[in-house]
Amino acid sequence: MSTVELTAPSPAPSRPGILRVLRRPTARVGAFIVAAFLLLTVIAPEIAPYDPYDQDFGAALQAPSLDHFFGTDQYGRDELSRVLYGTRTALLSILVADGIALFLGTMLGLIAGFYGKWVDSAAMRLVDVLLAFPYLLLAMIIVAALGPSLFHSMIAIGIVATPVYARVIRGQVLAVRTTEFVLAARAIGGSAGRIMLRHVLPNSFTPILVMATLQAGTVVVETAGLSFLGMGAQPPSPDWGSVLAEGQGYFLTSWWIATFPGLAIFMVVLGFNLLGDALRDHFDPRRRKE
Amino acid sequence: MTQYIIRRIIQLAFVLVGVSVVVFFTLHVLPGDVAQMLLGDRATTEQVARLRHDLGLDQPIYVQYLRFAADALDGDFGMSLHSAHPAFDDVWYAFPITIQLSIAALFVAVAGGVPLGVLAAVWPLSRFDNTVMTVTLFGVSMPIFWLGLMLILVFGATLDWLPIGNLMPTGMEPPRVTGMSVVDSVLTGRLNLIGLSLYHLVLPACTLGTIPMALITRITRSEMLSMRSQDHVRTARAKGLSEPRVVLKHVLRNALIPVVTVIGLQLGLLLSGAVLTETIFSLPGLGRLLINAILNRDYPVVQAAALLTAFVFVVVNLVVDLSYAYLDPRIRYK
Repeated sequence: MSTVELTAPSPAPSRPGILRVLRRPTARVGAFIVAAFLLLTVIAPEIAPYDPYDQDFGAALQAPSLDHFFGTDQYGRDELSRVLYGTRTALLSILVADGIALFLGTMLGLIAGFYGKWVDSAAMRLVDVLLAFPYLLLAMIIVAALGPSLFHSMIAIGIVATPVYARVIRGQVLAVRTTEFVLAARAIGGSAGRIMLRHVLPNSFTPILVMATLQAGTVVVETAGLSFLGMGAQPPSPDWGSVLAEGQGYFLTSWWIATFPGLAIFMVVLGFNLLGDALRDHFDPRRRKE
Repeated sequence: MTQYIIRRIIQLAFVLVGVSVVVFFTLHVLPGDVAQMLLGDRATTEQVARLRHDLGLDQPIYVQYLRFAADALDGDFGMSLHSAHPAFDDVWYAFPITIQLSIAALFVAVAGGVPLGVLAAVWPLSRFDNTVMTVTLFGVSMPIFWLGLMLILVFGATLDWLPIGNLMPTGMEPPRVTGMSVVDSVLTGRLNLIGLSLYHLVLPACTLGTIPMALITRITRSEMLSMRSQDHVRTARAKGLSEPRVVLKHVLRNALIPVVTVIGLQLGLLLSGAVLTETIFSLPGLGRLLINAILNRDYPVVQAAALLTAFVFVVVNLVVDLSYAYLDPRIRYK
């Protein structure tokens, strides 16, 4: 087996290290936003000035002030604390939904691309069917079946995002499976599973990384969107979509309740989009030239 | 071309069967007994068993599916559990409102996106180009439900320029012909209501059209830039044609082929976004109907709405594919 690895040529062109992505100013901005977001998920309990669930009806609907930087909601809960804790739900949705899509999509794309023939046809027809739904509609149908909750909304978003990964991975596998090192691994009797996991998958890593980064922002918006519609996190959860939905009823008189969680979603999505775009451009030689 | 169309229509039929399977099995096989859900936790076992029998849920699953598919072909999805109307009638009533909103949003997206993309490509890396690219990046990152609220706050509540909800002021709706307020105003000769209905569409259409506009701007710019260095464009310049003529006749015309495809494919985005937009602006369209149906566990309406939306989405994608194949012969012969 080691002979194969020693003689295996790399199918990907030699490419600069991943950190060189950060030479681009937009990538640096994106990376900074994403890093700040990740940091806030960790330190939220330390820096949040109040408990996000603590109600104080005497302080209800207060505009932003020194006591409450982002104001308070109709129950007197501190908006800043709720937005800070909301970073945790957002990160959880990325880990669960993006994780489900990554795993299912990678497996589906890998198997379809590697085996080809009817396996490929069957898998791609399944992908076609899933892509035939407007994304939010399919997520809503799945939530309808499972029942509205944050976890179910994450599963739904994960399933909806699966075909996107499957298509990308399949394309990559089709390109890699006829390379010499894969043929050599087959020739010496390597099992299909081993060849897929040891040789094909690692060489398809780049598009997975780019896709996962770009999808992270999408997942945050979609999960918040389902919560906004009442199909994801339920009150009193400090989920951004749920907080926004609660603030909608008071929006015309107390603008701050819905404004800050929306701004938080926007910033996180912008961060992942900037970083994802930069990674995609970095690993795509045609785009790099442009 | 005929062969290509036939092949694509056969594929469409398979996809639609797949869509019906997904809708049916998602709502019938995933955990949770529909009869139990409908009757609530306090229902007795006998009551649940009786309802299961009445709904045909005690039949083998493939029998249930075949019956569902046969009825769906006739437009029969059963009665809405909430309104007691035929489920498809409720969906069909709400559908034109969503279509009107989507068309208006697409108009905003194209009318804004294509010229901005062209101008950005004409002056690449200029201050204008950088501004447009930054704004469009913000546009694609914007949660639509938040954007809608912000537009309401600024243009509705603060400046008081635009109405913040509903299709028309109460009591001023034109008689229903198509269900689209603008079209109905024209068809019934209520010309004074055309402006009013358009006026009510502005904020929802801008909300829904923002993300597609940002995407169309980016793809138009990108296609224009890649087309600029093509041989035929260089030849046109060498022939001494004026720059506007080169840009409009040789660059834009060719760059628009993929742009048209992207515009068509925005429909899925619009149908998804319509759900959120209708919620924010209290529009009684398909999206809002679907949300209420899901929250009320009105499964006949959920199935009818899901299948109709997926059907429209798939057919529009087919039309886009065919138009692309018509415009670019290489696609047909692949």
